[in-house]
Amino acid sequence: MAYSEKVIDHYRNPRNVGSLPKDDPNVGTGLVGAPECGDVMKLQVRVNPVTRVIEEAKFKTFGCGSAIASSSLATEWVKGKTVEEALQIKNTEIVRELNLPPVKIHCSVLAEDAIKAAISDWKRKSGLAEAAPTGAPAAAAPAQE
Amino acid sequence: MAIKLPIYMDHHATTPVDPRVLEAMLPYFTEKFGNAASRNHSFGWTAEEAVENARAQIARLINATPKEIIFTSGATESNNLAIKGAAEMYREKGNHIITQVTEHKAVLDTCKRLEKYGYQVTYLPVERDGRINPDDLRRAITPKTILISIMYANNEIGVIQPIEEIGRIAKEHGVLFHCDGVQAVGKIPVDVQKDGIDLLSLSAHKIYGPKGVGALYVRRRNPRVQLAAIIDGGGHERGMRSGTLNVPGIVGLGKACEICMNEMATESERLRRLRDRLKAGIEARLDEVYVNGSMVHRLPNNLNMSFAYVEGESLLMGINDVAVSSGSACTSATLEPSYVLKALGVGEDLAHTSIRFGLGRFNTEEEVDYVVERVVETVNRLRELSPLYELAKEGVDLSKMQWKAD
Repeated sequence: MAYSEKVIDHYRNPRNVGSLPKDDPNVGTGLVGAPECGDVMKLQVRVNPVTRVIEEAKFKTFGCGSAIASSSLATEWVKGKTVEEALQIKNTEIVRELNLPPVKIHCSVLAEDAIKAAISDWKRKSGLAEAAPTGAPAAAAPAQE
Repeated sequence: MAIKLPIYMDHHATTPVDPRVLEAMLPYFTEKFGNAASRNHSFGWTAEEAVENARAQIARLINATPKEIIFTSGATESNNLAIKGAAEMYREKGNHIITQVTEHKAVLDTCKRLEKYGYQVTYLPVERDGRINPDDLRRAITPKTILISIMYANNEIGVIQPIEEIGRIAKEHGVLFHCDGVQAVGKIPVDVQKDGIDLLSLSAHKIYGPKGVGALYVRRRNPRVQLAAIIDGGGHERGMRSGTLNVPGIVGLGKACEICMNEMATESERLRRLRDRLKAGIEARLDEVYVNGSMVHRLPNNLNMSFAYVEGESLLMGINDVAVSSGSACTSATLEPSYVLKALGVGEDLAHTSIRFGLGRFNTEEEVDYVVERVVETVNRLRELSPLYELAKEGVDLSKMQWKAD
């Protein structure tokens, strides 16, 4: 399969690889996917509790090149956004930006899930939690499965 | 010595045509273009002579007689002809076929189709090392069993089945034994007499011959095997496979067999050394790599390894100047990880991380060393990127985690 230039670029030079201290009260961690499915993404955000701006984002991904690129792009996009703005990011925008073919759409879905899971974890830790206590957002029903 | 990139190390998929094979074929495209079935002029005789010469070259490689070789378009057709042809011909005797779960799709899908037509098929499991248990085979045979179809060596993991024993069991029970020999013929000694094989499929393009030509060995004595044709027409190939013979292709297949036969002893040793060098090079520098399938009963040119915590397609992308293949779901048409690895009991998580290396005639030691470098460097880089590797290093048991999968 031929990859788009942008996927190759993110694969070769992934942005924001790494980990943030997950016990830090201002850090939210999302871990989505499963090893049996061949995709696991960990996405972390550090949120300024006053401005609610995501000041730092890090990721690690087990998955194909498109999964790595989707999560790398997601960290770029959430940085500097407020959590409310970050929650607006749609998987379809990731698909468009990276030119993902139909068989790779699930990678973008996972990246969107990872953003939502990380923010939901931060909200929970900050006492702003909605009903869902952990992880995958119930509301984030993505377009494609 | 400078290495020429990209490096091809996927010889279970296909092989380049050996220049000696090409040279033998070329005249049969142009000045010797006759139809081997033209019995009344020299153009036909020349073509027929070339075909008969190729038949003899193939027969010698597998210890058969020339008349037992039927030319086909490739091993998929050979497998179809063997299984469907025997199923139809021996329908009166019974409707039960035995095969096993790690066969090539050309065998499995053929059996599945026969199930739709009322045949019963037993799919034997394999053990952890990739081989069937001969006792399972014995137990599966019924008075209705007409055919056993078990491959010589597997295309993904290179594991060699206990062929002689299977042949013996088949004979004891008066059941025909078809063997898909695509990966084994020309690489290791295959002897239809010693192995008790009644039908053997082989292909040219896996042994440095051209694509689009293969053969089926059909035993003529003890017992005389008969097949119903699946392609009808002019009655070529003893009525078992009609259609004008692909003379240049057949000449190429014959020459390819001759070269394999002459060079097998030295070449298989050379490949084994290269393969072992590849394995040792990787294992010396990476932890948590696992070989899939038996290392004892294995083709000398195959290595199939799982690199824990690194997804296969992303690894292929990292070593993009080396052509290998992966059992990862992302690289398959079905988006399912390798059914062969699954059958061995390799967990789906590790199946996603598997890479198949298939060494071949033109690979060199320098190339192997280069591949080791690229694999090690890419796996290390991707592990730094892998949340699974991080969790494992923290001592988390990944199998006990609750994953939020879709």
